[in-house]
Amino acid sequence: MQEELFTSGRNIPNIDPSLEIWHWPISVYLFLGGLAAGLLLFAAVVTILGKDKDYPTTVKYASMLPPVALSLGLMALVYDLTHPLYTWQLYTTIRLESPMSWGAWVLLVTTPLSFLWVFSYYSELFPKWNLKFDFLKKFEQFLKKNRKNMAYALVPLSIILGVYTGILLSAFNARPLWNNAILGPLFLTSGLSTGAATIILLAKSAKERHLFSKIDLALIIIELGLIVHMIMGMYAGSEVQLDAMNLLIGGEFTLMFFGFVVILGLIVPGILEALEIKGYKIPVAVPAILILIGGLIFRFVMVEAGQITRYLY
Amino acid sequence: MRYAMVIDTLKCVGCSDCVVACQTENNVPHGYCRDWITEAVSGSYPSVELELRSDRCNHCDNAPCVRCCPTGASHIVEGGIVLVTGDECIGCGACIESCPYDARYQHPDGYVDKCTFCHHRLEKGQLPACVSVCPTKCMYFGDLDNPNSEVFQLLKNRKHKTLAPEAGTKPHVFYLI
Ligand code: SF4
Ligand code: SF4
Repeated sequence: MQEELFTSGRNIPNIDPSLEIWHWPISVYLFLGGLAAGLLLFAAVVTILGKDKDYPTTVKYASMLPPVALSLGLMALVYDLTHPLYTWQLYTTIRLESPMSWGAWVLLVTTPLSFLWVFSYYSELFPKWNLKFDFLKKFEQFLKKNRKNMAYALVPLSIILGVYTGILLSAFNARPLWNNAILGPLFLTSGLSTGAATIILLAKSAKERHLFSKIDLALIIIELGLIVHMIMGMYAGSEVQLDAMNLLIGGEFTLMFFGFVVILGLIVPGILEALEIKGYKIPVAVPAILILIGGLIFRFVMVEAGQITRYLY
Repeated sequence: MRYAMVIDTLKCVGCSDCVVACQTENNVPHGYCRDWITEAVSGSYPSVELELRSDRCNHCDNAPCVRCCPTGASHIVEGGIVLVTGDECIGCGACIESCPYDARYQHPDGYVDKCTFCHHRLEKGQLPACVSVCPTKCMYFGDLDNPNSEVFQLLKNRKHKTLAPEAGTKPHVFYLI
């Protein structure tokens, strides 16, 4: 085998380190985007199924979070740009080939919609604070009547948002760790799972907690399956992909990935939730918080490890 | 018209003249550069080989940096040259992540910068700065579509390669080996 023993000479101190240009705000943004996607999708589906009275946390209380999460996520994103004053340039073109571009557009539509959703519940959420203006009251009524329509729009939008957090990375074929088709579904599943965990944390009724424990358990199993799929796919891949995989399996990210993401973030909460469903007394906050932390660390690992994988050198 | 650069790795001595010429010509901020010298040692002992080569943006035909750019700041102009319009760039870094050759860097002023094949010199009928200073004359520049051009003839008659062909980017920088 012809092997390149070493390559040196790219002695460019100001360039090579800064190839790792995506920092913690990007990981946080991907996490918040996935979380918001999960919460919005659950709220929309429950509404479409006509079960909004049975699951008030899902449609009402938990869905106060997506507008906050999306706004914070956007702020994190803009913060990581080196030319933030030019952000408006994102909205002078639609470039379908660029995930960054359609992500920006999906956010532009989804964020206001998530605000409108919360506003449609204004009187129920804040019964003490009356709306001062007549037209606002009328607007709330109008939104309330159209909640189902909003839900229909939110289903595809939240799925796109969730998938996009993964596709954003997987579209970069120059980074072998990212460049696989599993990342979109994997990030969507993980986002849904963090959404379900949040609902479990906030839910007041045992019925709602129970339903979302079941949903979350299913999502955890799917996510573990997708992770295995990703690893197997990389093992069957080219040399650069094997190198990338080794970062997760036998390299500097192994503890973070297997310890915190797979074991503490998926397997342990999965077992706890299964026990809970079986009727054992488990403080439900524990698996839910583990899921959320695991989901956040997962994004950190993928963003950071992905950036040090490359074709040459 | 398709501009291409052909670099003879057998003649390159790794003197970095091309790097300095580029920094001067293009006002590249201190500590940064648009081209660089790579020393690649390959093979297994005892038959090892050293390759010296001048690397830069490959002005890919199928350029992922252009595809990933959300604002259109990265674009392709006449002759297949890939350029960045500084004040359309938001510095999102998508192009940096998407380039398999790690050819782009973030200019301290916020936008992304890289080799332009000295587009401004080509417009005046001059060669790129790196090509014109190379003391061993190991770099050639010309039109790939013109059968009479030096680059066309070299590629026709000499063994050559491109970098990371598996990335599917169809580079316009070729290395004679
Ligand atoms: S070498 Fe990199 S920066 Fe240059 S055109 Fe190809 S992908 Fe773009
Ligand atoms: S950093 Fe600039 S040139 Fe690169 S993809 Fe983003 S907007 Fe385009």
